[in-house]
Amino acid sequence: MSLSVIRPGLLTTVQDLGRPGYQHLGVVLSGALDAVALRVANLLVGNPQTAAGLEITLLGPAIRFEADHLVALTGADLSPTLNGQPLPLHRPVAVRAGTVLAFGAARAGCRAYLAVAGCLAVPLALGSRSTYLRASLGGWHGRALQADDELPVGTFSPAAQRLWQLLAPAGLPAPWVAARWLPGPALYPLPHAQPVIRAVRGPEYEQFAQASQRAFWHEPFTITPAADRMGYRLQGPALTRDSAPELLSSAVTFGTVQVPPGGQPIVLLADAQTTGGYPRLAQVITADFSALAQARPGQSLQFQEVSLAEAQALYLAQERRLQGLRQAISLKLLA
Amino acid sequence: MPSPQTSITDAAQLSPQLFPLGDAAVVVQFGESISLGTHLAIQALYDHLGQQPFVGLRECVPAFTTLTVYYDPWLVSAQGQHPPYERVCDILQQRLLVAPAAPLATIATVEIPVCYGGDLGPDLAAVARHTGLTPAEVITRHTKPEYLVYMLGFAPGFPYLGGLDTRLATPRRAEPRPLVPAGAVGIAGMQTGIYSLPTPGGWQLIGRTPLRLFDPTAYPPTLLHAGQHLRFVPISEAEFNRLSHEP
Repeated sequence: MSLSVIRPGLLTTVQDLGRPGYQHLGVVLSGALDAVALRVANLLVGNPQTAAGLEITLLGPAIRFEADHLVALTGADLSPTLNGQPLPLHRPVAVRAGTVLAFGAARAGCRAYLAVAGCLAVPLALGSRSTYLRASLGGWHGRALQADDELPVGTFSPAAQRLWQLLAPAGLPAPWVAARWLPGPALYPLPHAQPVIRAVRGPEYEQFAQASQRAFWHEPFTITPAADRMGYRLQGPALTRDSAPELLSSAVTFGTVQVPPGGQPIVLLADAQTTGGYPRLAQVITADFSALAQARPGQSLQFQEVSLAEAQALYLAQERRLQGLRQAISLKLLA
Repeated sequence: MPSPQTSITDAAQLSPQLFPLGDAAVVVQFGESISLGTHLAIQALYDHLGQQPFVGLRECVPAFTTLTVYYDPWLVSAQGQHPPYERVCDILQQRLLVAPAAPLATIATVEIPVCYGGDLGPDLAAVARHTGLTPAEVITRHTKPEYLVYMLGFAPGFPYLGGLDTRLATPRRAEPRPLVPAGAVGIAGMQTGIYSLPTPGGWQLIGRTPLRLFDPTAYPPTLLHAGQHLRFVPISEAEFNRLSHEP
């Protein structure tokens, strides 16, 4: 079982939930930027939530399924089609061998996730299949996909076999069949034109001038073209510190908003370096990583302050929703 | 650098501050300045948590004055009624009481062979000019100290070293290079270090090592880790070429 890449798209990489355990050695976390979307896609095809899928950025690839596959596409709406017919998002789809997945205009969001039942069977690198481009680590030969790549896929889990049975009890009557059910909308929020990104204060928040603190929470910040998997450089009011003691390098992570001397903040994403020396003004809450990951260069973000208690309550609520989806799919399979 | 004996006493007197780094990490801050005592206290807590992880611990990242403890709020919350952050802080406070002050590491000093000057160290002359030393004196002073690896960061396997001879302090280049090769040994201000990946960089490059600081197929994947000692050993270009071609 495999997928063949006909066209690679703008930036298509293999990602799982990242490479924890090596940050003390300077090895970055990596992993899907919209981890919730990848986890949902995996649940929909009977994979473990930690399985590797494809992260597809803005301009999608063209991919031929070389065998009968069970797939799900989540995250951004990049106008996906199967053999030219629009493909619905956020649900399991049984596809026949030879079917071609392609993409069109990026309608909403920035990154789509493709999960394939049986999981992308690329080798583990330091315990993860995530691609870290700067070190050519993990994923498919440490790089973004290219034309003519052939990605191996493992075998169906029992859950995937049951899902396939539900979708195509008497074989596939068409090149593909999509399920009529999908998860609750809280698990696939529609990307917003000016997303509100909630954050808690960062360790150096108090060093910033009051006017800068206010500006950060109340003015919009635009994502500049200098935006990649490591982070977004933002443009907005210049943020300055009242006191500027020299900082010693310390940990930074996904969601850290750091402010270099120029005063324009950078919000770090999954490929963030493990430590940094810029003041950390704020930290985006985990529950809003998806909204952050789905924002595009040129879009504006509005930051909103929340307490740590709220942030953790939202974190737990998100995990409960994923737990709920997992249980709902299990019940469907038992029915 | 203070003697180890006084440092351990200093470390015992530190009362670390705990604060959040977002909703899934706690920073344990040990004082505000770089010292051997602080380093040993951080390593002690790091080792202790590595040997006896709490439920929900993801990983720990040591830095100059901090240990950042990443945790999974979902797994931590399943352990009791307290909000996850408070629970992790309670655990860390208890661990700080019982974590032993780390004994001075008795690990062997890692030797880093370096070919200084020439094409492999294009800024050796600039460092000599800035410091008023001859290139040979720069090499002698750079190879003399035993450096301490305080932390890794910036890139996989990149060491932040303590112990540079103050006479060698040289500012960064006015124009950073678009690509510095892996293995390049440089000086930036009071820091010296080794590039572990090819990357843009502004450090003054005085030499290069044929060793790989980051090898994802090896275990551990980095040549160095925090708490180690290292020494630079000068080698000839012929030696550099020979070592570069060893598997």
